[in-house]
Amino acid sequence: MKSVEDINEKIREGSVCVVTAEEMKEIVKELGAEKAAEEVDVVTTGTFGAMCSTGVFLNFGHSDPPIRMQRVWLNDVEAYTGIAAVDAYLGATQQSEKAEDYGGAHVIEELLKGEEVELKAISKGTDCYPAKEVRTVITLEDLNFAEMVNPRNAYQRYNAATNSSDRLLRTYMGTLLPNFGNVTFAGCGEISPLNNDPEFRTIGIGTKILLCGGKGYIVGHGTQHCPGYATLMVKGSLKSMDPEFLRAAYMPGYGVTMFVGIGIPIPVLDSKMAEKLAVRDEEIKTKILDFGVQRRDRPVVREVTYAELKSGRIEINGEEVRVSPLSSVYMARKIMEELKRRIERGEFLLTFPVERLTPGKALKPMKTAIKLVKSVMSEAIVISPETSVEIAAKIMIEKGVNHLPVVENGKLVGIVTSWDVAKAVAMGKTGKVGEIMTKRVIVTYPEEAVELAAKKMEENDISALPVVDKSMRVLGIVTSEDLSKLLAR
Amino acid sequence: MFLRLRFDSKAVRKPVISAVTLKTSALINIIKAEVGPRRGELIVEVDDSIAEKVEKAFEELGVEVLRLKEKVERNERCVHCGACISICPVEAIVLQDGRVEFLDKCVLCGNCVKVCPVKALKLPTT
Repeated sequence: MKSVEDINEKIREGSVCVVTAEEMKEIVKELGAEKAAEEVDVVTTGTFGAMCSTGVFLNFGHSDPPIRMQRVWLNDVEAYTGIAAVDAYLGATQQSEKAEDYGGAHVIEELLKGEEVELKAISKGTDCYPAKEVRTVITLEDLNFAEMVNPRNAYQRYNAATNSSDRLLRTYMGTLLPNFGNVTFAGCGEISPLNNDPEFRTIGIGTKILLCGGKGYIVGHGTQHCPGYATLMVKGSLKSMDPEFLRAAYMPGYGVTMFVGIGIPIPVLDSKMAEKLAVRDEEIKTKILDFGVQRRDRPVVREVTYAELKSGRIEINGEEVRVSPLSSVYMARKIMEELKRRIERGEFLLTFPVERLTPGKALKPMKTAIKLVKSVMSEAIVISPETSVEIAAKIMIEKGVNHLPVVENGKLVGIVTSWDVAKAVAMGKTGKVGEIMTKRVIVTYPEEAVELAAKKMEENDISALPVVDKSMRVLGIVTSEDLSKLLAR
Repeated sequence: MFLRLRFDSKAVRKPVISAVTLKTSALINIIKAEVGPRRGELIVEVDDSIAEKVEKAFEELGVEVLRLKEKVERNERCVHCGACISICPVEAIVLQDGRVEFLDKCVLCGNCVKVCPVKALKLPTT
């Protein structure tokens, strides 16, 4: 049994034994937890991945005449100013007003690299802050404070992603190929800090960490912290950081985010801690979710371990699927080595948390009234491909509809619109519906959100979607009129 | 070996792949094809031993042939995350000891360039 103070004494003396999380797993395997706890004082853990909940509090200093910034932009990226006169919070994911692939993360990276950033601020002007507009160029050095405060970083584990739909999806989990074409996952698994101290014995409020290469602290648990999926809120001075351990990123089609590097030292207080530090990727489980279903509760495709994910290939429905990581084990190793070096050199002393983190509670969903397609769909009038164009025209007029799904053997095989019929008549094609129908039908499902059905119509420039079940049986139809009635209510 | 074939408006109308296969008996694996009414571009894989013969046969039919030796270029922004790996159609990107490495079989399709979150990749300028 050791205390953090005992370990700090060893750090000061230069006799401390520090190993990385990867080395520790081997040591425990070889010596057992008891002996490993005696030999090793500190284990460095690390993670490096895209962490959207990242940003920087900035204090710009006062202009003359002074301004109470109501809105401020840095390289056309807006920062939040609903705080004091020249304070602002620049979020990593805030997008530039001029370019889609540039945002808060890029401004933060450029500031850290010492580059100049354009500042524009506006205000209504008050008696104490008369200026209405300020334009200038700033660098990190010009700022009084630049404190990174990240509400949610260092996820213990994260759900992996795949895509069952027939179109390519561009998500915050990267590009997902159609028909289970690939899987992406985030997190560094067995070397990630929170997997090595899952009971939060030493990772807690006030724990000193390495944040993007600079000195940082844990402020508390992060937002959305919940059992098994622990997260951290962290802070550190941007001025102390190293651009090597932070990287602005853009997920194509989704938006801007930031790669953040975090290293956390774990003091080996006793053999119980050594046991936890021996955790392997094989024991760390997560779920693969289907992003093809665009709902809050995405279906679980299967459970998977980090060992399987890291192997680069996994099986889904009997097919081999390739896997892309989104976090960098390579960078996490660099972070663990860097932290190890600093502790060995006596430059980094450990702290014991002033308060322990709670395990967290299950997350509550947002209360919103979701409208499903089944609640707005109307009865579909269906015809067979053998129906003549003339009869189809009559049905449309009699029933007052513009769309007729075409059904054969109980399954949807096409759709004809009043436009198709008019075109057929104009071109003298008066045969069967099967010859003029659109065969590639865009459909919706009863459990799909109305918003999604509307998006499908807009993207495909169509005005109705047959509602079908999994076996393509027609259950109804939604038209753009049905949707506009919703808005008019 | 990978060959990039460019067809002009004349060559694009001929059944070149079949003609070359019959002439050289080479097995030609089409990796990528973009064929329009006036021009086309194909990337094909052939065995190294027969590459020269195949190359000549294509050229005789008016096809411009380029041996693909180059691969995607990467700059220092790469953090070795691996987002590009599962996007590569020919499995030319792998993790080796935690580092992302590009193998010689790159066909310059550019998929990885599009998905790289830190814009570390670009196609070589030819």
